[in-house]
Amino acid sequence: MSEILEKPEVQKIYIDARGPRFSASITTIVLATALVTHNIWVLVAQGLVFLIGATFGPQFTPYGLFFKNVVKPRLKKEAPTEDVRPPKFAQSVGLIFALVGIFGAVVDRSLIFAAATSIALAAAFLNAAFNYCLGCEMYLLLVRTTTRRK
Amino acid sequence: MKTYLPLLVVLVLASAYGFWWKRKQGAIRSNKAIPGHRLSADVLGEALGTRATMVQFSSAFCTPCRATHSLLSQMVIPMNDVKHVQIDAESHLELVRQLDIRSTPTTIFINKDGIEVGRAAGTPKREQVLAALAAIN
Repeated sequence: MSEILEKPEVQKIYIDARGPRFSASITTIVLATALVTHNIWVLVAQGLVFLIGATFGPQFTPYGLFFKNVVKPRLKKEAPTEDVRPPKFAQSVGLIFALVGIFGAVVDRSLIFAAATSIALAAAFLNAAFNYCLGCEMYLLLVRTTTRRK
Repeated sequence: MKTYLPLLVVLVLASAYGFWWKRKQGAIRSNKAIPGHRLSADVLGEALGTRATMVQFSSAFCTPCRATHSLLSQMVIPMNDVKHVQIDAESHLELVRQLDIRSTPTTIFINKDGIEVGRAAGTPKREQVLAALAAIN
């Protein structure tokens, strides 16, 4: 009964589950900086990170690479793994809010900038602090609201 | 113009939500059933358990779905009257709407007649699952 879940093309790529959470901590700090300083370039930089994460996967962002090459070798416990798709989805959501925020700054509407940055920040913080799963909470609601009832 | 106020507001609100979310994760609640709704073998694509069935709705963008699946499928191995069925939420949107499922994993506990007796959003704990199953007869 789980057609999509078992399709060969969505065959799972598993990554170290601690990587995305580590990246979320860095993202939280960067977005907090963007919100406090109202500096568009900080948000642009984070937007680029989201773009890499959403396109290729969170393991290829600068934060992911830092985790893999610097943090991971120092961790002793066995690595818990996770499917790459949930954090990739979260990166796409982050990208959308970063784009909205950048748009807000470009058209000189600081409220749009602040609101979009705040939402992305809240999501990153929830992920880092509570292991919140954005894909679990949002994806189904998104599909439910964007598809029509038969 | 530097101000820390928006940051403070975001962190406080997100923390409050985070604690609330964490608390309700995995809790099995009995007040969410849709009155008059009944899950049948036709809809599930396989026969119901003779006493109870745990119907787990999963999606591709969900890390705890895998953990929930392995917990529940392990648990039913020694139980001959309880079954565990996983459903891909995305390809069963009508059912998802009928049952008002909002997040994954959501596990619906149904009795032998297909009537919901409880549901858990998030990964439930083993003891919670055992208690919920024990209450179904």
